[in-house]
Amino acid sequence: MKKYLFLLLIGSLVTSCKLDNYDPPASELKGRIVYKGEPIGVEYNNVTFELWEPGWGKKGSINVNVDQDGSYATQLFDGNYKLIIPSYQGPFKSIPNAETKSDTIPVQLRGSRTMDIEVLPYYMIRNATFTGGEKKVSTQFSIEKIITDASAKNIEEVALYISKTSFVDVRTNIASQVIKGADLKTMNRIQMQVTVPTITPAQNFVFARVKLKVSGVEDPIFSAIQKVTY
Amino acid sequence: MKKIHYVSFLVLMWVGWSCNDQKFLDKDPTNILTNDKVWQSPNLVLTVLVDLYDRYPEVQSTEKWVEYANFDEAFASSAGEYYRHKNQEYNYDWWNYWDYGYLREMNLFIQKCTAATQLDEASKKRFLAEARYLRASFYFEEVKRMGGVPLILEPLQYDFSGDPTYLQYARSKESEIYDFVISEMEAIKNDLPSDPNIKSRATKGLALATEARAALYAGSIAKYGVNTPQVALPGGEVGIEASKATAYFQQSLKASEELIALGQYALYLKKPTDLSDNFASLFTDKSNNAEAIFVKDFKLKSGKTTDWTIINQPRSVAEEQQGGRLNPSLNLVQSFEKLDNTFATYGYTDASGANRYFSNPLELFAGRDARLAGTVILPGSQFKGKTVDIWAGYLLTNNTVISGDNFGARKVLPGKTIEEQVVGFDGPIDGLEFSAQTGFYVRKYQDPTVGSGQLGTRSEVWWIRYRYAEVILNAAEAAFELGQNAKAAGYLNQVRKRAGFTKDLVSADITFDRIVHERKVELAFENHILWDMKRWRLAHVVWNGNATELTTQPGVATETSTRIFGLWPYKVYAPGTEQNGKWIFRKIIPSNVTNPHRFRLGNYYSLISEEIRSNNPKIVKNPNQ
Repeated sequence: MKKYLFLLLIGSLVTSCKLDNYDPPASELKGRIVYKGEPIGVEYNNVTFELWEPGWGKKGSINVNVDQDGSYATQLFDGNYKLIIPSYQGPFKSIPNAETKSDTIPVQLRGSRTMDIEVLPYYMIRNATFTGGEKKVSTQFSIEKIITDASAKNIEEVALYISKTSFVDVRTNIASQVIKGADLKTMNRIQMQVTVPTITPAQNFVFARVKLKVSGVEDPIFSAIQKVTY
Repeated sequence: MKKIHYVSFLVLMWVGWSCNDQKFLDKDPTNILTNDKVWQSPNLVLTVLVDLYDRYPEVQSTEKWVEYANFDEAFASSAGEYYRHKNQEYNYDWWNYWDYGYLREMNLFIQKCTAATQLDEASKKRFLAEARYLRASFYFEEVKRMGGVPLILEPLQYDFSGDPTYLQYARSKESEIYDFVISEMEAIKNDLPSDPNIKSRATKGLALATEARAALYAGSIAKYGVNTPQVALPGGEVGIEASKATAYFQQSLKASEELIALGQYALYLKKPTDLSDNFASLFTDKSNNAEAIFVKDFKLKSGKTTDWTIINQPRSVAEEQQGGRLNPSLNLVQSFEKLDNTFATYGYTDASGANRYFSNPLELFAGRDARLAGTVILPGSQFKGKTVDIWAGYLLTNNTVISGDNFGARKVLPGKTIEEQVVGFDGPIDGLEFSAQTGFYVRKYQDPTVGSGQLGTRSEVWWIRYRYAEVILNAAEAAFELGQNAKAAGYLNQVRKRAGFTKDLVSADITFDRIVHERKVELAFENHILWDMKRWRLAHVVWNGNATELTTQPGVATETSTRIFGLWPYKVYAPGTEQNGKWIFRKIIPSNVTNPHRFRLGNYYSLISEEIRSNNPKIVKNPNQ
């Protein structure tokens, strides 16, 4: 008798769990931050944008992180969201949305969706190539100035970073070469080179990418990350 | 039977009737003091005020040792705190502060004190001025950490109407909060006692010192804010117009000079023959100390004691099985000038990179600013009359090191048969908590009295929040910013003479770097570095996230300093040579320092939580977060 009672109790616990639970958010919103279809590289964990869903008691945004390669992904409930890239986020400016006539982008989410966000970067790093050999990593790239009107900004510095892992920026690099904006003679086919320091445990490859810091903007622009053997 | 019922009923009625007395239901409580009781006795009012004093906010203090390890001044030699050197970034909500509960109690105090009728005028005036001092200090702390905040000067009352919007205040401008602090200090300074022997309560000197500090902060934010145009809000909640800088600097200089002219305070100089010891005593000597202006005091056997010495005492002379937590960095130690007013890194190697040999580890640090040995316990120096035992091991002739992994570990040296000590009882041993992992221990505020390192005794050394040397440095900085370099040099020289410098600086020597440097070495471990670096807008430059080598230009304010370095002494074991038994040094980086610090623009003003912004939509978010 007691045994049955016990089983019944367990049974009731199991069913009750189901009753008061929500389904987890199942719709994925993903995409990239792009300029004319080309993704914009940024620092990991340092560029975010905000999603607001109006109609709830408390106000608060869902912050979405942009990955190093300019991609993002977030798991959400279906609903109508407003997407805002705050002005101080990222090495770019928002393009006014045609529908809202402001920097607010309406996002209707009914199931998973891929959405690239078009923005206007200050500069783009073009045709970055990386080569390795003889304990050195070299790069060649060009810079294109995208914003040329009154809000244009100068280049503070460009830098080549190499890193042991695929996280490559000022924080994780093991070697770098920096050229200040004032010392930059040309915008085309800029060449940079760093010597790879001794890595323990030894590995015959590093990850490299080029940074461009715009003066007066905190987040720098990056080229794509490339694995280079040396 | 029935009779008994009637009788008992009557008795009950009688008892019930006798209870029906107004007085019975209107008894004074015996376990709390009511408002009207408190506000007729100055002693009871003081107990209320003491609680407000006790809640004076600060980030770093001798009661919060680990906060000193957040930047480049010191390493936290404590297993649970290594993350501070592994983190790259400071969270945006670090140092945030939003204690409007505290503010409300101060506003209530002011309201009730103003209304009190049974207090004598003199005590009432002083209490009111003290409460206004604490309230202005609260706003000063808020504006340092958060920028402009809602300026509320009355206790707010909710009317339970269901609509709290009338209680929602928007943020004031950053400059308005600074203006409020300055005007409050001007308003109350003459209501406060002008007595330099009062250290733990507000005085006229304190009001002037606070005014000078606040105006200086506001002035430098106005001036150097142009370097970080992104750190501003359109409503002025963050950022001050550059045009206001001069007026603030003038205000600051005026307040400092008014305090100096009082003639009540002086630089501590009881031990003119040993200036390092003198500098250390400045923080621990509580009798007739003319330098301290405002302190948090402690007293043995009163329940109000401090454990700074227990936490930081050198492990070799410790009175408990602990200590040694805060290890000053080589970054800080090399910032102390040579006595000829020049900057230099330590010459522990010669030009070709070969080791130099010293017969005593202190030789390397000779001829430096006396404040160095007063701030830091150096290898070979003394604490509580005993020489500390900081050495990392034996260096053999083939350049290998013999060391141990515990305090004073023993091993057999080559060519010998008996075990002997191969590492100091203070370490340094990499990764061993409480050992001097940078090669240094902190000396400032360490209590030299016996028992101060015991858990059962603790220490009664006070914590100084305002002292005269800072006022002089404030005056020097304000004068420099106003272009009065000769005056600035005069003030700097006062402080530098006390540090053992015999050659005066002249006006041509006074640069921004000089001002920054002097504050760094004079005021290390005194809750200044963060606020100074913020107001000069240097924080994101110096802690910029680059994993650079230790700078070779310690006198330059903008040099990157993101990782903590150490300098370890070794004994040379080379029997039969003249180097045997001598000392050499090696620069190291503790293995727990894995990442450079990065102060982002969003760290300049701390995050106001989403909860607060949601409750009051008028509160705007701080920039760059």
